[in-house]
Amino acid sequence: MNTIIETKQVRDLRTEEMVVQMGPQHPSTHGVLRLEVTTEGEVVKDVKPIIGYLHRCFEKHCEQMTNYQQVIPYVDRMDYVAAMSMEWSYVLGMERMLGIQVPERVEYIRVIMAELQRIASHIIAIGTYGLDLGAFTPFLYLFRDREMILDIFERTCGARLLYNYFWIGGLSHDIPPEFVDKVREFVKQFKNTIVEVNNLLSYNEIFIKRTANIGILPADVAINYATSGPVLRGSGVNWDLRRDDPYSIYDRFEWEVQVGKGEMGTVGDCWDRYMVRCREMEQSLKIIEQAVEQIPPGDVQSAIPKRIRPNPGDIYVRTEAPRGELGFYIVSDGTNSPYRVKGRSSCFVNLSVLPEISRGYMIADLIAILGSIDIVLGEIDR
Amino acid sequence: MNPLEILEKIKTKFPEAILEAKVEGVLEPFAKIKTEFIKDVCQFMRDEPELNFDYLMCLSGMDYGKGLLGVVYNLNSIKFKHKFTLKVEVSLDSPNVPSVESIWKTANWHEREAYDMFGINFIDHPDLRRMLLPEDWDGHPLRKDYQVQEFYHGMKVPY
Repeated sequence: MNTIIETKQVRDLRTEEMVVQMGPQHPSTHGVLRLEVTTEGEVVKDVKPIIGYLHRCFEKHCEQMTNYQQVIPYVDRMDYVAAMSMEWSYVLGMERMLGIQVPERVEYIRVIMAELQRIASHIIAIGTYGLDLGAFTPFLYLFRDREMILDIFERTCGARLLYNYFWIGGLSHDIPPEFVDKVREFVKQFKNTIVEVNNLLSYNEIFIKRTANIGILPADVAINYATSGPVLRGSGVNWDLRRDDPYSIYDRFEWEVQVGKGEMGTVGDCWDRYMVRCREMEQSLKIIEQAVEQIPPGDVQSAIPKRIRPNPGDIYVRTEAPRGELGFYIVSDGTNSPYRVKGRSSCFVNLSVLPEISRGYMIADLIAILGSIDIVLGEIDR
Repeated sequence: MNPLEILEKIKTKFPEAILEAKVEGVLEPFAKIKTEFIKDVCQFMRDEPELNFDYLMCLSGMDYGKGLLGVVYNLNSIKFKHKFTLKVEVSLDSPNVPSVESIWKTANWHEREAYDMFGINFIDHPDLRRMLLPEDWDGHPLRKDYQVQEFYHGMKVPY
């Protein structure tokens, strides 16, 4: 081989940069995202993400509503695979604005729902990441168990994806009698699945070769780009809003924040980001296990206000959604509907770091890097 | 540091920059900064070791009505876990705000979005294009006086 590369003819071959459009209809862009990739041979010189194909002006919709409660179904449709977590952030902001203290029972149910949702969302992230890199089986195992979560949600509030379950001050329904048993059953089953997935995918030689030392995101760059969630923690930054900007009752449970340690390569590579998600699912199971044993009795709708009219003012509220910091900047002018709602989407910010971490890698690696950021275009485009 | 101490820090360094500030009795303690000072204040807040605001949580465009646009910066420090909000206001006729992209890279996309939705012109932004809407869209939708265009490439827009 060497002799061929060394010949003068090959050395003098004219090379030039080429612009390749990846998307908007491309299976591995996880939605309608276009990447304008400048390549030199197989090497990525620059990437420009072009978004907006799914834009439906969520923020304008919010201003047109006749009351604050009506915003929640629109919030659901931001990150449609983690709708519970989306609702929580908005609802939490409104509760802080109105000074509502929700009942204990509601807090417990919310924590369980949000953690189940985190697992369901990470299942999609990990499953499709395997698909992107050519591993089909883990995806099927994971989606089998995701069905169990969706069934629990369906029994509770009637919907499988877009719930409208968290209301300002409470919940739309109480949990059904069989809820606790179903959750216990899921926890038992899913513990085995995580072991299976680790054997099949996480420590698979081919998978490690594709992800370790690829798309390295150093901690200072991650912070400067304000990335959050598994992307930030994958770079070794010990930061989780459930602990560092406390909300709800997470301080009552025993769990640990997972960070990337560079076990297979360098800290902040694709494998670290992937593995943080895997380990977070275990931690979520831990939280759920503790929470289902402690659900107190009570009425889940007792704190729902009759009329929602916050005092003029603004608030920035954030929660740890599966994909990172989900924030809402809500401005009230004292009327029945919001004056302005800005959704600070975690994927939107996380995606902005893509050009920074994919320069110099191969085109095939670009798929691995994009998958490791785990984007949902519904949330990016809003 | 509590918000009052943070505000005192900014006041000592930039005595003329603050137009209005409220740290007590509000949900988000904030300081309204004169537009021409915003970049210096941001730089100071990131680089001052005791403040260390290395994380720009959110940057939002605003239309306050009465011919006033604004930008809101929600800052956070990973190390100290304190938060603070900065605000600027500009008139609708000359909506020019210095860009903070060189301080926090994350501001790049947020500022593009604010330009897209409010038409705020960020000075020295390296790549000020529309973020979510098509390049040839008319107007800035989140402005309170926005009128939807009738047709876009022959397609009827209002439904």
